[in-house]
Amino acid sequence: MGRALGRNLFQKVWDDHVVRRLDNGQYQVFIGLHLIHEVTSPQAFGMLRDKGLGVAYPSRTFATVDHIIPTDNQSRPLEDPMAEKMIQVLGQSTAEHGIEFFEPESGSQGIVHVVGPEKGLTQPGMTICCGDSHTATHGAFGCIAMGIGTSQVRDVLASQTLAMDPLKVRRINVEGDLTVGVTAKDVILHIIRLLGVNGGVGYAYEYGGSAIHSMTMEERMTVCNMSIEGGARCGYINPDETTFSFLRGLERVPSGNSFDEACERWRSYASDADAKFDDELVIYAGDIQPTVTWGVTPAQAIFIEEKIPSPEKAEGLDKNLISDALSYMKLKPDEPIKGTKIDVAFIGSCTNGRISDFREVAALLPGKKVAGSVRAIAVPGSEQVDKIAKEEGLDKVFEEAGFEWRKPGCSMCLAMNPDKLVGEEVCASSSNRNFMGRQGSPTGRTILMSPIMVAASAISGSVSDAREIFGLSEEVV
Amino acid sequence: MSFEKIAGRGVYVKGNDIDTDRIIPARFLKCVTFDELGPSLFYDERFDAEGKSKDHPLDKEENSGAEILISDDNFGCGSSREHAPQAIQKFGFRAVIAGSFAEIFHGNCTTLGIPCLVMSQDDRRDLASEVERDPEAEIVIDLEEKKIICSNKIYSVEMKESARESLLTETFDPLDNLLKAKDQIQATAIKLGYS
Repeated sequence: MGRALGRNLFQKVWDDHVVRRLDNGQYQVFIGLHLIHEVTSPQAFGMLRDKGLGVAYPSRTFATVDHIIPTDNQSRPLEDPMAEKMIQVLGQSTAEHGIEFFEPESGSQGIVHVVGPEKGLTQPGMTICCGDSHTATHGAFGCIAMGIGTSQVRDVLASQTLAMDPLKVRRINVEGDLTVGVTAKDVILHIIRLLGVNGGVGYAYEYGGSAIHSMTMEERMTVCNMSIEGGARCGYINPDETTFSFLRGLERVPSGNSFDEACERWRSYASDADAKFDDELVIYAGDIQPTVTWGVTPAQAIFIEEKIPSPEKAEGLDKNLISDALSYMKLKPDEPIKGTKIDVAFIGSCTNGRISDFREVAALLPGKKVAGSVRAIAVPGSEQVDKIAKEEGLDKVFEEAGFEWRKPGCSMCLAMNPDKLVGEEVCASSSNRNFMGRQGSPTGRTILMSPIMVAASAISGSVSDAREIFGLSEEVV
Repeated sequence: MSFEKIAGRGVYVKGNDIDTDRIIPARFLKCVTFDELGPSLFYDERFDAEGKSKDHPLDKEENSGAEILISDDNFGCGSSREHAPQAIQKFGFRAVIAGSFAEIFHGNCTTLGIPCLVMSQDDRRDLASEVERDPEAEIVIDLEEKKIICSNKIYSVEMKESARESLLTETFDPLDNLLKAKDQIQATAIKLGYS
């Protein structure tokens, strides 16, 4: 054939977007889509002002508010004056620089990683940045999508470029079929458990294999979302027909002939059949069971039927990590995780706050009730998710079962709004981080799991297997 | 400020996987400038619910004024919040030594002019016990030679080359350089149909 060696998607997107090589060995890379929110971006506008700079490509940046917005009462001004100020500063800065702002009650507000894909802003072959580590979510469409700091937000605003080091690429093949009750969330928790929280440092993760490619786009977003929890700055999935049919007809996606042309271009970004990877591994989908965390990092996870690890059986620093985690979580080694009492159940976040997450749970809820001891909240990831859910009556299904149906936002994922754990409460959470204090109480405890596992745990009042609570078995599918 | 040699006293904050929520809890991110973040560094590790000191290494009198933070593997994992390195810098630290660093955190530190140095576990343990034994001991970081000197001992360290280069040449804030390529940026935008 006489052509160059095959390239993977990362290399193709990178090569296309490199503006030039810099003297320190880094590359200046063009950023196709820049998303901003109220927590990490206001300071960047201040930095621009200090340097007397403007925004170079305002039409390539989009803003929304998600972290600090309350999910109960969103009427303005917000009760928290600092939260109100953060939204106002973002509103003023975007207006001043001609940046589109998906503000509350516009019908378009939501978690930044839910809004980008649902509007069709996120498209294959793009470089995407946001001052938020879960930007990796957008990799589900075949993008290089990564979180950046505020100074880099400033760099993108001022130049639409970043100084970056290239990444290595690890191909993770998940082969075969997932069994009933095992979800995309279980797949990514399992991958992080296997490779560790820093296994991905220096890498982009390319997720492939039959189990990945049979996932819907929303499931793929769940997988890519947590790449950073495995230390990988970005994770992606090669675009395929599932990607294109999801994109067809979305607000910001070209239509008609332009759509077909776009598909051709998007398809060309997928890794070549003979592409090389810096590392490669295979995981068998059938081996993965519903997974929950027991500790204070997302890698401290086990299958629902497994027992909590014992520091006695570990060595070196692992011993300390396990015993520190158990003492924070107030859990005992060698005990089952199943049956651990919970106080709060949270379904939402950029990991699992999309319409399919709520549909999946709502299909199981009729006839079930949240345990009296549990405070359960369902928080749609965007105003659009909320609207669709209400059109389909999902909110009523959740409310009937004893969940509160809230307004869109990051909510209890990160404790920057009124949704917080109190004291030592234990939360079954569909979010992405179980760090100490993550959900707002310095002694609060988080157990990560899939939305259906959260629902099952909410109903029984303790960590439970969704397959048992909802009677899921291979025969019924 | 020159980065060829950084000298100061050290403090050891033990533990792997110290995440950005521990470095600066999310409630302190409610701000529109980074100016006031220093005192909130490691807040929930340092103070209990009543605000009483938990006798964290940062608050031990003998460690007051330390300028070099020493920790373990995967330091700074988690969120992309620049508030974390900003808080470290505003608290008074000029460099971080660890077993390894999370990537976004590392990049944020470099952009702020905080060198992130990677040191082996054995050396780190040795340096940490040196610092704990004698909090007055001066640590000298030599970026040029990639080594650290403390109490007559020499430790070798690793560093991402692009970060070391940009600190040594004091071009760690890339913006001015990025803006020099306006025409090439525009050409790339047009080529990719972005403009």
